[in-house]
Amino acid sequence: MNLALPLRMLSRDWRAGELRILALALVVAVASVTSVAFFADRVRQALVRESHQLLGADLVLNADHRWGPEVRDEIARRGLKLAESTTFISMARHDGESHLAGIKAVSDGYPLRGKLRTAPALNVPDAPADGVPPPGSVWIDERLALAFDAKLGDAIELGDAAFRVAAILTLEPDRSVSFFNIAPRLLMHRDDLEKTGLIQPGSRVRYYLLAAGEREAVDRFEGWLRPRLGRGQHVHSLSDARPEIRAGLERAQKFIGLTALLAVILAAVAVSLATRRYTRRHLDGYAVMRCLGGTQAQLTRLFASEFVALGVAACTLGSAVGYAAQLVISWLVADLMIIALPQPSLLPAVQGFITGMALLLGFALPPLLQLKNVPALRVIRRDVGAPRQSAVVAYGLGVAAIAALLVWQAGDTKLGLIVLGGFAAGLVVFAVVAFGALHAAARASGLAGASWRYGLASLRRRARTNTVQIIALSLGLTAILLLTLTRADLLETWRSKTPPDAPNRFIVSIQPEQREPLAAFFAENRIAVPPLYPMIRGRYVALNGTPVEAESFEGRDKRLVEREFNLSFLAAQPAHNQVISGAWFGPRELESGGLSVEEGIAKSLGWKIGDRLGWQVAGQSFEASITNVRKLDWDSMRVNFFVITTPKLLAGFPASYVTSFHLPDSQAAFVNRLSQRFPNLTVIDTSAILRQVKGMMDQVIRAVQFVFLFALGAGVLVLYAALLATQDERVHEAAVMRALGASRAQVLAAQRTEFLALGFLAGALAAVGATAIGFVIAGQVFQFGYRVNHWVWLAGPALGLACVSLNIWAGARAALNHPPIAALREA
Amino acid sequence: MKATGLSKIVPLVANGGATQLAILQDIDLAVMSSEAVAVVGASGSGKSTLLALLAGLDTPTRGSVALDGVELFALDEDGRAELRKRLVGFVFQSFQLLAPLNAVENVMLPLELSGDPDASRKAREMLERVGLGERLRHYPKYLSGGEQQRVALARAFVMRPKLLLADEPTGNLDAATGAGIIDLIFELNAEQGTTLVMVTHDEALARRCSRTVRLAAGRIQ
Repeated sequence: MNLALPLRMLSRDWRAGELRILALALVVAVASVTSVAFFADRVRQALVRESHQLLGADLVLNADHRWGPEVRDEIARRGLKLAESTTFISMARHDGESHLAGIKAVSDGYPLRGKLRTAPALNVPDAPADGVPPPGSVWIDERLALAFDAKLGDAIELGDAAFRVAAILTLEPDRSVSFFNIAPRLLMHRDDLEKTGLIQPGSRVRYYLLAAGEREAVDRFEGWLRPRLGRGQHVHSLSDARPEIRAGLERAQKFIGLTALLAVILAAVAVSLATRRYTRRHLDGYAVMRCLGGTQAQLTRLFASEFVALGVAACTLGSAVGYAAQLVISWLVADLMIIALPQPSLLPAVQGFITGMALLLGFALPPLLQLKNVPALRVIRRDVGAPRQSAVVAYGLGVAAIAALLVWQAGDTKLGLIVLGGFAAGLVVFAVVAFGALHAAARASGLAGASWRYGLASLRRRARTNTVQIIALSLGLTAILLLTLTRADLLETWRSKTPPDAPNRFIVSIQPEQREPLAAFFAENRIAVPPLYPMIRGRYVALNGTPVEAESFEGRDKRLVEREFNLSFLAAQPAHNQVISGAWFGPRELESGGLSVEEGIAKSLGWKIGDRLGWQVAGQSFEASITNVRKLDWDSMRVNFFVITTPKLLAGFPASYVTSFHLPDSQAAFVNRLSQRFPNLTVIDTSAILRQVKGMMDQVIRAVQFVFLFALGAGVLVLYAALLATQDERVHEAAVMRALGASRAQVLAAQRTEFLALGFLAGALAAVGATAIGFVIAGQVFQFGYRVNHWVWLAGPALGLACVSLNIWAGARAALNHPPIAALREA
Repeated sequence: MKATGLSKIVPLVANGGATQLAILQDIDLAVMSSEAVAVVGASGSGKSTLLALLAGLDTPTRGSVALDGVELFALDEDGRAELRKRLVGFVFQSFQLLAPLNAVENVMLPLELSGDPDASRKAREMLERVGLGERLRHYPKYLSGGEQQRVALARAFVMRPKLLLADEPTGNLDAATGAGIIDLIFELNAEQGTTLVMVTHDEALARRCSRTVRLAAGRIQ
């Protein structure tokens, strides 16, 4: 068969309006999937690049000695951008006063990713800086400015040279919350380094090379470099970026994946509903064609080709609409996005196209192919239809297709399966409840007036169709509730994890004897006394009696093993830590000793509960078993430890204490008073970092919200298709009722009763569904407790009623404006 | 066309299939080329079932039908469809036009299914022949009952079938319109030399055929 006839049939069906809903379902499905994919692709690319800003580059090379020219040459040869920085600790002098400062000398071009931020004075708004301090000048951070009481233009001496303070440094993108980074920052130009005369043989200096460029080129360079690294040389790439940011990124991607995945499910429902209607309306036409001599194979090819042609057209259009839509979204969020979105790849279009065709093949073709079982005899005996096929057979392919699509779209098997399982379980529960409720309502019909009785009786008479409609309606509404109320709750819960009063200052080096005076000082200043945590540096030396070799680890793990851990000892579990396996120290462990370790570090260093870890602290060794594994909340900005021991194990070692607290902006002077009262304490301001984290989170939330609009559109389409599904039947029924003398009001009342019951039931089921899925997603995927929004119980049924009211208005008008004879003749 | 010992017996669902209902029993019927045969009988006498069996739309419990020398039930479902395409035209009581297709497209459909490249011209000419030259682009729902049946006639005759099977072709029409349709059927029948088998319970219509076969309780009387 050539394509001419299918195309002619397509144009005829199209013109007659038979395929519009199906096509619209496909276009919206593909458009939503594609725009989600395009936008997610760009956001993902941008977020990856954003997180590169946390390194200040795509790749950071770090060594305790100067990098040789061959590495620099290789970076240049590969067309990558290069910047350099050198850091060391030194005394800085101002007006006769001396303070320890963390000096960072940077070359032009630093940082390669992200921007430095500076302010012209203390406590004034900051802005992105243009470049680096010019030679002869330095930028100092808030703490150094406060310590020196220095202003712009003041002179600061470093070694043999003097510099002018040109700006207050408020943010270094690549500076992490690290206890090794406690000295206040002084940023200078690298060209000035030599004249300070500070770098002498034996100085403790870190030399950094920063590289950035095309991803493939960076990856290839990293591959070239790693085997050539010598002693004391390390490479940091994105995977080493700060854990709290990475956790945020991963969660953002899950949110975006979730939204895309809901659009896929909704599209499937819309496509199957539209095809179901198309098939029902074509039973007679098919029988006539059989009667006119069309063979099964010929007609199957004809209909399948028509649908595939429609699919290709709709998917192409959908991809184009998706592309245009994401351009609009990017334009809308251009001001909100701190980061520029890179151009999307063509992959999302292909992805959308494949998704659309998979939906069509999985959900439209099986019911369509059932047409081939319609006997030609139907032209004479209308009661002969297609033999019923079980839903499992008809939609088995579709469900398999959607399961694959879900996992693909979510990029996360667990998330995909949870949502799929949720919807599947919802489907079964909804079907059982809907079917039961329809029968119960019909039984109650004896108590009502004639129109009501008729409407309620219709519920049972059409129990099968109505159950399908309720399921479709509740799935559509579930998705809408999930995407509005539940999503808002999830986001709110997530956002509230970094509340406005999250700690923004850390204090380190608190001596044991200072604990009480410090608490009193906080109380005097009416600031809540924060919990103090003991901290002792210790080296990890053995696992189950076997010495640990740093060489057997890579990257961050290797550095952790090479350096010292910050250990703490606590009898009580910190409130913001969650024990995920084993149990917190009981009386037996408190007596005999035990370790509590963080989930991530345990995984990367291969620690299990019961393992005995050997430690070396201040020249002495001890061993203890792991009794529990903790999950840390990296967003909390609180003091966290990878390893916590029972108090007795570390009781004899000299400890300092550390804490974090929230300092309101209005009490900024508290830090000065604190420094005067306790000069040995180091106060670290993390508010800039906190702002960075929160800014990024808000950005992600906005991106998710825009992406969500498309899934919402698909949800609305499902509702429309669900409501249309029984329209033909209702128009015919209204015609019969009117022919038998029922008034418009009676017809309307009967349909209204039936629809209101359907809408209420579907809405109530959707509220249950959305809440259940919200619970599972919160608990299983995002690992936080979910607070139920009780509005959902009102919003679900209300939304259901609103949808059917709209349908009553439109559908009943159609039914009543249709001359009864026309409807009867068409039947 | 020759039917021999044609029977259609179905189990009675109401009795759990224990008893059987004979819709048609041992029908022997031969129709010569260009003959016009009316099949008459009361409702439930088995007229429509006989028509369905003669067209190969349904399968008999026993017996055989030969069309143009080809044994109908020796063929599979698709083989019978091919045979229908070549030999048989249909006219139904309920017209059976495809709602999404306009008049000319409905008439083109059988031509298109047989791959005729000249479908459009032939369909237009046929519609002009049945007096609907002005309504080529009209959809069934905008046509009167009589006009719809004319389209159905054009669709049946455009393939120049050797055999036309008509199932109560005037059953849905008023007397005057019905008479017009019948005139048209006989005119086209004469023009094309078609063999006609028409199921009806209209005695006047039956009298216009060359022969009348009476069915009662599934048997020819």
